[in-house]
Amino acid sequence: MQNEWSAVARRVADALVLFWLVVTLIFVLIRMAPGDPAEFLVPPTATAGDAARLRAELGLDRPLAIQYARWAGAVVRGDLGESFSTRRPVSRLLLDAAPVSAALGGISLLLTFLIGVPLGMFQAAHRGRALDRLTTLFTTTVYAAPTFWIALALVAVFTYGAATLGLPQAMRLPAFGIRTPGSALYGWAGFIDLARHAVLPVATLAAVGAAGIARYSRSAVADVLTEGWVGSARAKGARPSRVYGAHVLRNITPQLVVLGALSLPGLVAGSVFVESVFSWPGLGRAMLVAIQGRDYPVVMGATVFYAAAVIFANFAADLALPLLDPRRASLPA
Amino acid sequence: MRRIFSTDRVTAWATAALAAMLALALFVPLLARHDPLAIGDVLALRLVPPFGRDAAGAWHLLGTDRFGRDLFVRMMLAARISLAIGVGGSLLAAAIGTMAGALAAWLGGITDRVAMALADALLAIPRLVLLLVCASLWRPGLLTVLVVLGATGWMGVARIIRSEILGVRARPFVEAAHALGVSHWQVLWRHVLPNAIGPAIVATTLGVGNAILLESGLSFLGLGIQPPRPSWGNMIAGGRDLIVTAPWVALAPGIALIVTVLAVTLLGDRLRDTLAGQRAPFARQLGERT
Repeated sequence: MQNEWSAVARRVADALVLFWLVVTLIFVLIRMAPGDPAEFLVPPTATAGDAARLRAELGLDRPLAIQYARWAGAVVRGDLGESFSTRRPVSRLLLDAAPVSAALGGISLLLTFLIGVPLGMFQAAHRGRALDRLTTLFTTTVYAAPTFWIALALVAVFTYGAATLGLPQAMRLPAFGIRTPGSALYGWAGFIDLARHAVLPVATLAAVGAAGIARYSRSAVADVLTEGWVGSARAKGARPSRVYGAHVLRNITPQLVVLGALSLPGLVAGSVFVESVFSWPGLGRAMLVAIQGRDYPVVMGATVFYAAAVIFANFAADLALPLLDPRRASLPA
Repeated sequence: MRRIFSTDRVTAWATAALAAMLALALFVPLLARHDPLAIGDVLALRLVPPFGRDAAGAWHLLGTDRFGRDLFVRMMLAARISLAIGVGGSLLAAAIGTMAGALAAWLGGITDRVAMALADALLAIPRLVLLLVCASLWRPGLLTVLVVLGATGWMGVARIIRSEILGVRARPFVEAAHALGVSHWQVLWRHVLPNAIGPAIVATTLGVGNAILLESGLSFLGLGIQPPRPSWGNMIAGGRDLIVTAPWVALAPGIALIVTVLAVTLLGDRLRDTLAGQRAPFARQLGERT
């Protein structure tokens, strides 16, 4: 017991050190950029005095070490500064956008595993045969396609395609936004409206994710199938659904948990494109808008936020692994 | 090499697709009747659907865009840039990664700790976010994209090279080389590195597809290659607002992109299976899409 808690404490310390490294790195990156941030913050009509005043206000005239200490200290307190363009606190801005991204990403991640893992199992079970080759070609193609292209292709199918084929209105899906503009739908009707808007973004992210998971599960399951106990399970008369659903699944679960944590960066990247294509007011879009407007506090804040999510996901997967593997009673040192 | 490119049909198809793409990229823009960047009679030529003829009677394989420019010719002009950046970006990342990983493993101590801490920190930020931040700090363009791809893509290779070298270092022939009086760096360069580089080559091959995808993503978002110079990403972006009325403008350039990335991925997969066998310890790192 003593040992386990010290192992957990070490993991926490590692994660915190890594987070501190990332915060430092982001600071260095932004300061490495050519040009003086105050130069493009002031309007073109501003005088040199205005720029100097702004520099003092933002603390840009202080030595780098002081600036760094201020930034790192503020981040620790959860203060990510103020947006240059809207003058709102960055943390508020990010927290307002986060639920949209979290819902989009969460549902997509769930679907990714619900589709990807059975698909990979199916491919492994038919390994080398026509069905496997066909579906593997399909998943590899989806895997090779950029997220934004898939998003646009889906939009084309459900707008241009549906109209060309004369499909009924119910089959045509809204391509942009999160709600029908100008509508004041509440309750059930509002939910349906939101769900219809969510179909294409979620389908895009889930398709891209599932293709990757299927690619991985296929080889993981194929490895497991070579084990002797699979033959024993079959020999004692276990149905295929039980062999795959209980035995095989249980054996690849630890790998899937790691994969879930590792797929977070890909999910973030996907959501940046999906939110951009479908105009969803999430974190990815907030960051893109900030990048285009050179709103550095928001850019830095969003980056810190994403890094924190990635570090936490890896940390959580690390802690969960031994609990899922009966052979490993405690955390490895 | 014979064993890798033997009678395997997938490999043959993928190689053929890449060769065809390269040939088309070289010759199609050269043989085109019009300058692919020039804008002619917009009203007569614009938005011709695929396989259609424009008002002047000219045939367009993939149709024309909103300015009446032939999409197929532009797509192949874009292929030059996208392929060059994909290969160049991946090679640059591999070179930086090999150097960082080799130095970290060979020098150990503080160098090792700093290099690996930097790699860990960079890996904690989603690569696309890192790319967006870097690309936004410098002026967008070809060189920026290349440098940024190199600077954000070296960590995987560095880790692989480092762990391979740490493994190779303990082998008897390294000790023998040292004992024979070969200098410290000569041992690394002549004896250790050649034995550690295999997995890094696989990672670089798979990295080409990744780099092409990332370049197209940056260009799609307006932070990569700038129009009028075409790249697959900015061509797709150019057709974005026409997706409901003329979807081929956005979707056609994606075909070349998907074929290329698919071919590179299939080749990389084969290379990995051949070099490392099925239970490659680094397979997970290599299969990951960032």
